[in-house]
Amino acid sequence: MSYTEATIQLLSPQGALVENDATAPYLPHLAALDDERLRDFHRQMVVMRRFDIEAGNLQRQGQLGLWIPSLGQEAAQVGSAYAARPQDHIFPSYREHVVGRIRGLDLMKIIEMLRGNSHGGWVPAETGNFHLFTLVIGSQTLHATGYAMGVALDGKSGTGDPTTDTAVLVYFGDGATSQGDVSESFVFASSYRTPQVFFLQNNHWAISVPVERQSRSPLYLRSTGFGIPSVQIDGNDVLASYAVTAAGLEAARSGAGPCFIEALTYRMGAHTSSDDPTKYREDEEMRFWSERDPISRFEAYLRARGEGEEFFQDVATEAEDLAADVRRRTSELEPPTSSKVFSNVYTDPHPLVEQQAAWYAAYEAGFEGGDA
Amino acid sequence: MTERMLPMSKAINEGLRRAMADDDRVILMGEDIGTLGGVFRVTEGLKTEFGENRVLDTPLAESGIVGTAIGLAMRGYRPVCEIQFEGFIFPGFDQITSQLAKLTYRHEGSQSFPVVIRVPYGGHIGAVEHHQESPETYFAHTAGLRVVSPATSNDAFWMIQQAIASNDPVLFFEPKSRYWHKGEVADDGVPVPMHQSRVVRTGSQVTLVGHGAMLAQLMQVADVAESEGTSVEVIDLRSISPIDYGPILESVQKTGHLVIAQEAPGNVSVGSEIAATIAERAFYSLEAPVLRVSGFDTPFPPAKLEGDYLPDVDRILEAVDRSLAY
Repeated sequence: MSYTEATIQLLSPQGALVENDATAPYLPHLAALDDERLRDFHRQMVVMRRFDIEAGNLQRQGQLGLWIPSLGQEAAQVGSAYAARPQDHIFPSYREHVVGRIRGLDLMKIIEMLRGNSHGGWVPAETGNFHLFTLVIGSQTLHATGYAMGVALDGKSGTGDPTTDTAVLVYFGDGATSQGDVSESFVFASSYRTPQVFFLQNNHWAISVPVERQSRSPLYLRSTGFGIPSVQIDGNDVLASYAVTAAGLEAARSGAGPCFIEALTYRMGAHTSSDDPTKYREDEEMRFWSERDPISRFEAYLRARGEGEEFFQDVATEAEDLAADVRRRTSELEPPTSSKVFSNVYTDPHPLVEQQAAWYAAYEAGFEGGDA
Repeated sequence: MTERMLPMSKAINEGLRRAMADDDRVILMGEDIGTLGGVFRVTEGLKTEFGENRVLDTPLAESGIVGTAIGLAMRGYRPVCEIQFEGFIFPGFDQITSQLAKLTYRHEGSQSFPVVIRVPYGGHIGAVEHHQESPETYFAHTAGLRVVSPATSNDAFWMIQQAIASNDPVLFFEPKSRYWHKGEVADDGVPVPMHQSRVVRTGSQVTLVGHGAMLAQLMQVADVAESEGTSVEVIDLRSISPIDYGPILESVQKTGHLVIAQEAPGNVSVGSEIAATIAERAFYSLEAPVLRVSGFDTPFPPAKLEGDYLPDVDRILEAVDRSLAY
């Protein structure tokens, strides 16, 4: 559908390693992956697809106000997330649940957000530098670029020290490429040569609008006019996602400036639980991408390498356990108290907010059984 | 205490210099602010003094300036952004109101966003479209932002330092028609807190409130009124969000008459908010309705008509007379 001659694919849809001139620069990155890490790739993809389904069910049961599925995009997210080092910073869009988990985020923080208990509220310094979700499309690309400018100003890239040289990885989607903020972030990143990887998940749909409406030319070409080199990858190939992102982050950390990766993937589910994709897309397209499912492809690869049935059974059990755990913990969530309305609007004291908080507490206390 | 006579532009320059010397995480960002020193020369000499890593001549993109300042703040910097003219702030409006203003709340307080956005604003300079407006209300309406505007060189010198020291985002509106007016600047001493309003002339019969360049008009109004036998008290608002109502209430309890003057259009404005609040909190002290003298609810007109649009001494005096006639 949107694969081009430039698309880098390390793993064929049948699960075979692709070795040719185009993939040669990336294959050495795979050599660094031990068996356990390869198992992690599969485990995260499978477990998080189950999580995704569970969270969707919880939404349908009224436990969540909204769910934002990432079904089908597991390889793009898992591979790129594992390419980041602990000191790197990650700016997600709002669909990168598995990236957060890999960086150490408790998934319940996402559940709480989509239940309406918080606006995110996790502490990036405690979640592997995984920053908050941003719902205004594309806005986070500028935050990531500014952060990367700060890394460069601090002299924390390009020193040659692999334990401290830092890069920034920012996720966004095909719809976001039409936003001015994304173009402005390309301008700033290129101008200040930021240590940064732009990771575009082209899942082919911005709610109901196909990617063809966002761009008449392949999106991976978008950054080149800004002076930022780009690569288009098969985003349903977890090995390509890992290796190409690793190469990009390595270059960024070394002081070579930003790069841009377009990962071709497919949003197999709805945009969110509020959406009905049967209204705007064809079964044939779904079939095409189902045949390129990120999980079955990698499972075939692992089995061909000799991975035994026991591992796959363990992963399936782990997925069910996680789903049950999320279900239980969601049912146990307490609603936030009204004081949260007024908390942390500002860092320093603010009389207007304080007056309104005090008034509302007194007002609530005036009711029988008021909680103030 | 040592005092110097400085134009406001130079006073802000001095304030920026001191803030940058005090804290090496303070960086300046904006269009033409480095080599040129800014179109109003407010940042003149700072790039030479602090280097290009502290004074960033940015690409010409306001959303990019504010958005990257947010990222720099996450990294521990205290960015001070210059928006070249107030009319150019709107390409950055989303990053200011949907991101910068809300990010501390979204982080539940774990992360602060000490970003200052300097905005030359207001009329009286005979400039082309988008170069004479007063858009401060949009930002005062947004929770999470602080909005201030100095009226004097001394306040400009101290308030820019206070804005930079604030751990919250501050919109710092600079009345550009005052850039070239000299005023005394105290180099030391204890400054008035940034969010306090202040009585700058005492009187007994009518209270006048305004901010920024309007203060110069209000002082003239007070002179003329006094020569006609009317005693006017003038309050410099200084802070537009939050508004310090203490001195205004105290004054209105004394005078019973309040007139608010502002360059911005009056419809849903800072003046509207003050009028409503004083009506709520000083109803029994008022002997006349609170009156507003504002820019008209039209786009800012071509420069040759700005004298018709902007509140001047006569229009404010007319309101004073109307208030006293009740």
